[in-house]
Amino acid sequence: MLHKRNPQLNSHGELVHLLSIEGLPQSVIHHILDTAGSFLSVNDRDVKKVPLLRGKSVFNLFFENSTRTRTTFEIAAKRLSADVINLDIARSSTAKGETLLDTVANLSAMHADMFVVRHSESGAPYLIAQHCAPHVHVVNAGDGRHAHPTQGLLDMYTIRHFKKDFRNLTVAIVGDIVHSRVARSDIHALTTLGVPEIRAVGPKTLVPGDLREMGVRVCHDMAEGIRGADVIIMLRLQNERMNGAMLPSAGEFFKNFGLTPEKLQLAKPDAIVMHPGPINRGVEIASDVADGKQSVILPQVTFGIAVRMAVMSIIAGNDAK
Amino acid sequence: MSTLLLDAEALYTDLVRGVRGLLKPDTGLVGIWSGGAWLAERLQRDLGLAGAIGVISSTMHRDDFGSKGLGGTDHTKLPFDVNGRHILLIDDVLFTGRTTRAVINELFDFGRPASVTLAVLVDRGGRELPIEPAYSAARMTLPREQRLRLARDDAGRFSFDVKGD
Repeated sequence: MLHKRNPQLNSHGELVHLLSIEGLPQSVIHHILDTAGSFLSVNDRDVKKVPLLRGKSVFNLFFENSTRTRTTFEIAAKRLSADVINLDIARSSTAKGETLLDTVANLSAMHADMFVVRHSESGAPYLIAQHCAPHVHVVNAGDGRHAHPTQGLLDMYTIRHFKKDFRNLTVAIVGDIVHSRVARSDIHALTTLGVPEIRAVGPKTLVPGDLREMGVRVCHDMAEGIRGADVIIMLRLQNERMNGAMLPSAGEFFKNFGLTPEKLQLAKPDAIVMHPGPINRGVEIASDVADGKQSVILPQVTFGIAVRMAVMSIIAGNDAK
Repeated sequence: MSTLLLDAEALYTDLVRGVRGLLKPDTGLVGIWSGGAWLAERLQRDLGLAGAIGVISSTMHRDDFGSKGLGGTDHTKLPFDVNGRHILLIDDVLFTGRTTRAVINELFDFGRPASVTLAVLVDRGGRELPIEPAYSAARMTLPREQRLRLARDDAGRFSFDVKGD
């Protein structure tokens, strides 16, 4: 039986699905990060593979395209020795009119052990977790504007790696926050881990005022937003999500909120610069910053594999009861 | 033999002698996390061996993952190339042999050793796999439910932690 208050946890408080960082206890987050540390060293071995998920089938269900995220989950599952099946759902069953739950029921009949789900509708992974067989585990790989928990966790791994302690940090999240499930997951994780100052930085159209209710300081001025920051998380300007006229132009955005070497000077001298990728050079981040010595964008990618290995091996080892 | 009479320090003295007899010119000591790693660390010093010991854990290769899940974090650290080396695995207590099997698999993920030998402080019987130590400082049969493992105090002295006595 799933946890009454949090459908991700079983009755012992152990993680059986990863659907959102919201509501996860600090201990569970630290356990995932500690476990990820173990998997990072697997890359240094002659055999870059461990047998924890041998004989298990991981289905990547991407109802929304994302080659990069799907690939990182695929690599992580393969390094755990799972069999990985990639389904381009966007172009197959759903296009023929099959419902989400029928698709999942069919794949369960093929003996799936884990679903990695990306969906444009918020809550789709929850729905699947509620209706799948008890031995099946679900990982949310991004749902609508709601959550992208593995990205949030790899961001926390990166921050912990470079900054050690969360409890004295100022973290600025900059850019298109209204459309960003990454920002939401990061804010929940940072709050749970005890970060005293989280800033959401961007124009009024992209940084909603209700973020204040999450304990976030909202800044519509870039200088104010990044001054004295230890960590700057730049978000991608989501062109494909912007239907209305929320911005005058990409050039205008870069002028006001793009991270340039000059603006970076306002942050602490040892501040790190993060970005979930793919980066838009010259739109939200200058090349000199993206490739500069304070950038940890590529380590984020490496850590992301280890974090996804940790999540998959932890949930696969926990019983739904 | 009652476990209460098990003197870990006295057995360690025997283990030093036993391990000395098993050493080849290029033997690398690898301690099984966590008790075996403490023993290997002290053996390295007491036997005057050069370099750092290896530490190996069974986390990634456990056969009870399906029922127990991920037991903890991985502590494997092999600061030397295992290819062609004679590896002497050290453990505190040998029981079913399942941990030994798992760490041998772990070891082979790093390369192909010339040989693998096992020395333990206590062989408590109850084997479920065809694994035998080349040396054990003590042998006894304990009830299955009894837990026995090595403990180490701040001064580095060994004792046994016994549960379910």
